[in-house]
Amino acid sequence: MKRLNILLKGIIKENPTFVLILGMCPTLGTTTSAINGAGMGIATMFVLVMSNMVISLIKNLIPDKVRIPAFIVVIASFVTVIQLLMEAYVPALYETLGVFIPLIVVNCIILGRAEAFASKHNVFDSALDGLGMGLGFTLSLTVIGAVREMLGNGSVFGYKFITGDGMLAFVLAPGAFLVLGYLMVLFNKATAKLRS
Amino acid sequence: MEYFAIIIGAIFVNNVVLAQFLGICPFLGVSGKVNTSLGMGAAVVFVMGISSIVVYLLQYYVLVPLRIEYMQTIVFILVIAALVQMVEIILKKISPALYQALGIFLPLITTNCAVLGVAILLVQKEYNLLQSFVYAVSTAIGFALALTVFAGIRERLELNEVPKSMRGVPVALVTAGILAMAFMGFAGLV
Repeated sequence: MKRLNILLKGIIKENPTFVLILGMCPTLGTTTSAINGAGMGIATMFVLVMSNMVISLIKNLIPDKVRIPAFIVVIASFVTVIQLLMEAYVPALYETLGVFIPLIVVNCIILGRAEAFASKHNVFDSALDGLGMGLGFTLSLTVIGAVREMLGNGSVFGYKFITGDGMLAFVLAPGAFLVLGYLMVLFNKATAKLRS
Repeated sequence: MEYFAIIIGAIFVNNVVLAQFLGICPFLGVSGKVNTSLGMGAAVVFVMGISSIVVYLLQYYVLVPLRIEYMQTIVFILVIAALVQMVEIILKKISPALYQALGIFLPLITTNCAVLGVAILLVQKEYNLLQSFVYAVSTAIGFALALTVFAGIRERLELNEVPKSMRGVPVALVTAGILAMAFMGFAGLV
């Protein structure tokens, strides 16, 4: 029951995008379509789970003073791994996400979970925590991507359901800020209603 | 002319915050007041200028000759983190006045993804040393500009009645969206 809680809290209660408001750069920069958002989310989830596991394994070996640089090296190694994997197997997605793949290193969610969770818990719980947070992040990015694609292009996951063009501004920069802002309002309203 | 295009492009057309989505965390976090925004902006100009030179030398005199370009991400993030620390220590020694002004913003810059983002971008764009430096400094000026304009708007926003579920980050994001729309007007300038 406790383990299930660790896994599920990342999805609604401590959703990294809508509640903790971490990792805003990839959230805004890569959600031009549902598939791009999902791709970015899954890449981040991979790094999150792997780095959480490794950090939890080596937490007793690292002196407290050099903790943060050590965490960053572990995270950067897994980012390099996913970078090379994506370049080899999904070159088109790698091309679209561009600079945001290496920038997973500075995504505050990953360092945040390493510091707040993985450095204090065992391997299995840390992996679950990474998976839950990663799922929450992936879900939010996919939803934002889907909304932007729907408004901007009239399609979801590439399936077009209107003829002609959408409102292009929603695929461009302003749409990212507006869609995320208004989705956050909806999320706040919904959680406030659930609580009362 | 070529440098002019880089400068205008980096400050206005491809503004680092409003068009490229780098450095959003300090953009939303520090932009409460115009004064702090100016301080943060100056610190970013300073660090990005230095880091662009260091990163350039590292890329073309260490990583490329050794054929370990794939180590880019790991090497760059460590060097930038160390650089920020070093700048802080040196500044404290040689210019206490400047340290007083920029001091509290320097540690925050390590987590600013714009610094690492610009380092990676200038290698991707294959700029030479001077172009890299000009690009990095103009990008940082673009960051400072966006931050300051945004802080000005937010100071006004404080005085208004905002609906409860929009308070804080949501209304900031919507404001940034409108600002980004204004900056789209610069598209096609260069």
